[in-house]
Amino acid sequence: MDLIQNIDTIIEKYPKSERPNLIPLLQDLQEHQGFLSEEAMVKVGKHLAVPVSNIYGVATFYNQFKFEPSGKYHIKVCRGTACHVLGSSTVLVELEKQLKIKAGSTSRDKMFSLEVVACIGACGLAPVISVNDTFHAKVSAASIKEIIESYKNM
Amino acid sequence: MLATDIKPLLKNFNEYKTGKSELKAEFKEKNPTKPVIYVGAGTCGLAAGADKTLAKVREYLKNKNIEADVTETGCIGLCSSEPLMDVQIPGFNRISFEFVSEDKVEGILDQIFALNTPKSNILAQFRSKDFRIWENVQFLDEHPFFKPQMRFVLKNCGIINPGSIEEYILRGGYAALLKTYSDYQPVDICDIIEKSGLRGRGGGGFLTGRKWKFALGTESDHKYLICNADEGDPGAFMDRAVIEGDPHRLIEGMAIAAYAIGAETGIVYIRAEYPLAIKRLKVALKQAKENGLLGDNILGTGKKLEIKIKMGAGAFVCGEETAMIHSIEGKRGMPRPRPLFPAVSGLFGKPTVINNVETLANVPYILENGAESFNSLGTEKSKGTKVFALSGKISLTGLVEIPMGTTVREVLFGIAGGIKNGKKFKAVQIGGPSGGCITEQNLDIQIDYESLIQAGAMMGSGGLVVMDEDNCMVDVAKFFMDFIQRESCGKCIPCREGTARMLEILENITHKPGSGESHSALERINGVIQLEKLGQVIKETSLCGLGQTAPNPVLSTLRWFRHEYEQHIFDRKCAAGVCTELRTFKIDVDKCTGCTICAKKCPTGAIIGGKKTPHFIIEEKCIACGACDEACKFDAILIF
Repeated sequence: MDLIQNIDTIIEKYPKSERPNLIPLLQDLQEHQGFLSEEAMVKVGKHLAVPVSNIYGVATFYNQFKFEPSGKYHIKVCRGTACHVLGSSTVLVELEKQLKIKAGSTSRDKMFSLEVVACIGACGLAPVISVNDTFHAKVSAASIKEIIESYKNM
Repeated sequence: MLATDIKPLLKNFNEYKTGKSELKAEFKEKNPTKPVIYVGAGTCGLAAGADKTLAKVREYLKNKNIEADVTETGCIGLCSSEPLMDVQIPGFNRISFEFVSEDKVEGILDQIFALNTPKSNILAQFRSKDFRIWENVQFLDEHPFFKPQMRFVLKNCGIINPGSIEEYILRGGYAALLKTYSDYQPVDICDIIEKSGLRGRGGGGFLTGRKWKFALGTESDHKYLICNADEGDPGAFMDRAVIEGDPHRLIEGMAIAAYAIGAETGIVYIRAEYPLAIKRLKVALKQAKENGLLGDNILGTGKKLEIKIKMGAGAFVCGEETAMIHSIEGKRGMPRPRPLFPAVSGLFGKPTVINNVETLANVPYILENGAESFNSLGTEKSKGTKVFALSGKISLTGLVEIPMGTTVREVLFGIAGGIKNGKKFKAVQIGGPSGGCITEQNLDIQIDYESLIQAGAMMGSGGLVVMDEDNCMVDVAKFFMDFIQRESCGKCIPCREGTARMLEILENITHKPGSGESHSALERINGVIQLEKLGQVIKETSLCGLGQTAPNPVLSTLRWFRHEYEQHIFDRKCAAGVCTELRTFKIDVDKCTGCTICAKKCPTGAIIGGKKTPHFIIEEKCIACGACDEACKFDAILIF
């Protein structure tokens, strides 16, 4: 029941029936829980007096929101233009091969999840990936293996 | 209660009001009493290992019992040389080092504390009037990367501590805001900005002063100023660098803009992907408030301004003004038709001005130095400077701020040192997914809003992604189409369906046909003709800027690199070798030992051959996945 209380305490921080708080509230929930559960969205709907279908509409519109829990190490692969011209697609393929998961999913042991993001903003050091918000610059298909291994052994 | 930070400025302000002194607070170079070590710790610096360098520096100072300050700065703009470390020994010029990975720290610091000039890793030294010069070290303003630059927006980036309001004030910060409050009426500010010729740096290029005037002229009980820091354009990162390196400049610019339009609420809409920028901006906002530069009664003038941060949730289309407004209101970030323009009816139906970070960061400079000083730079219709983010296949990557009217060639081959590894230049993509390519023959055009559009590109937010002979332009077009197609909000049909269809055609061109597609070549030719037609329709009929510019990367590559498309269609070849599906695989009979491993790995059963006899690939069945090449231990797979 811990989880439910946690949802409630987060929601209570925001004033009732104020629609503009929807996105910050969802962001807050995701930050603490890792994803948006159905239960959380129903509660948000009640709190803000917005239909749940509407909330789901907003949540699915934005790339940031996830509806499944992510792994212990969340890997973001930058697919910005600079990263692309320097070979980020091969990096992504290599990651998928190493982790045996597709972009947008989580490995079965819940260790790794993989996400493709538009641009991290470190274009000068492309290609870039980030693991739990730690950046790794100038990665290549070869260096990916080492990075993954270092997290596996942590 | 005012913190001590602000006192010199206030004293100056009071003297100025009584006519005793000039307001332009002159930066006094403080001679530090103990050594200061600066480490460039922007997102890019951290990615390159600045955190490890920082830890090593601290460890070194502790072990050697040296008393020194360690300061984290933003990014000076030379990303390719990260991690960067500067050292200032009392009485000496500040000296800057490049590529300072953790193992280099000790050697450099040993030398410098012994007052010897280190032999390696030196970038340059800062120029100063009073301090001693390091022999045989070039000055930063003579360094080829920095020499042609004129830094207004990036003036303090990578030099000051972004976490200190005092340092910003010491370098003349907030003087422009005080001048605004004491000398000008809101309409004067709008006039000055209009006269300066400052245009929106986020892409559209609308005259900022005029936009402000619309909002100022609309009667309302409440107005909003929104700063667009939703830098979704892949390949641009100047807004992040400004916020990470000099957040007070943005706050000052916003405060002036808010005064000019009569807004009492400011909102910074910033990407959630920029955690460090958000953190530094929060600190800066708190400092500004504590020192009475924001809040209910700013410096006793009776003016009000509150600045809030709203985190974007990852939608490219939210860079569009009306979509951003919907997002802040807690809705799906979809644009609406204009007019009504946001300056008349925007956030919650109130007049709203939306300006990009770089635009607002230019404002303090203009107020401080006058409209003429800004206006005298640049071309006829594009004034001042512009920050560009250089990335891709270029020797030096990072941020450059140059006067408008500089040629593309000068930026790429002068400042950035040309193409990496001596390869041949192919094109530079300007303006992200809304922009286009500049090719060899257009390298000498002067950068301004109009000439870029004439060349089929667009200023956009100023991302310059350089491509060399190893890049395939069809692939680049496909990359952008894939991006836009995913980011299309889906509200209007031309953009939603059109971009998906364009991507389909491009995929068809770079895709290897399965067996039985006898008419596929004809379909592909038809596809290209359709691409152009479709692109025109999408441009003309889409609702917002995203759709109206979505076909640009395709149309631009079709214009300059039609031969590459033709090669893909007729010869079924990708000269750059990027479109992997178009590769041809053959087996070298001399090298093949007949181990059969490739035949086992081939997912389509395209490889035949008996044990211990050379194998053969059936071309019609091969999907060019490369599994055989990876499996082969004898290097017998040839790829064309």
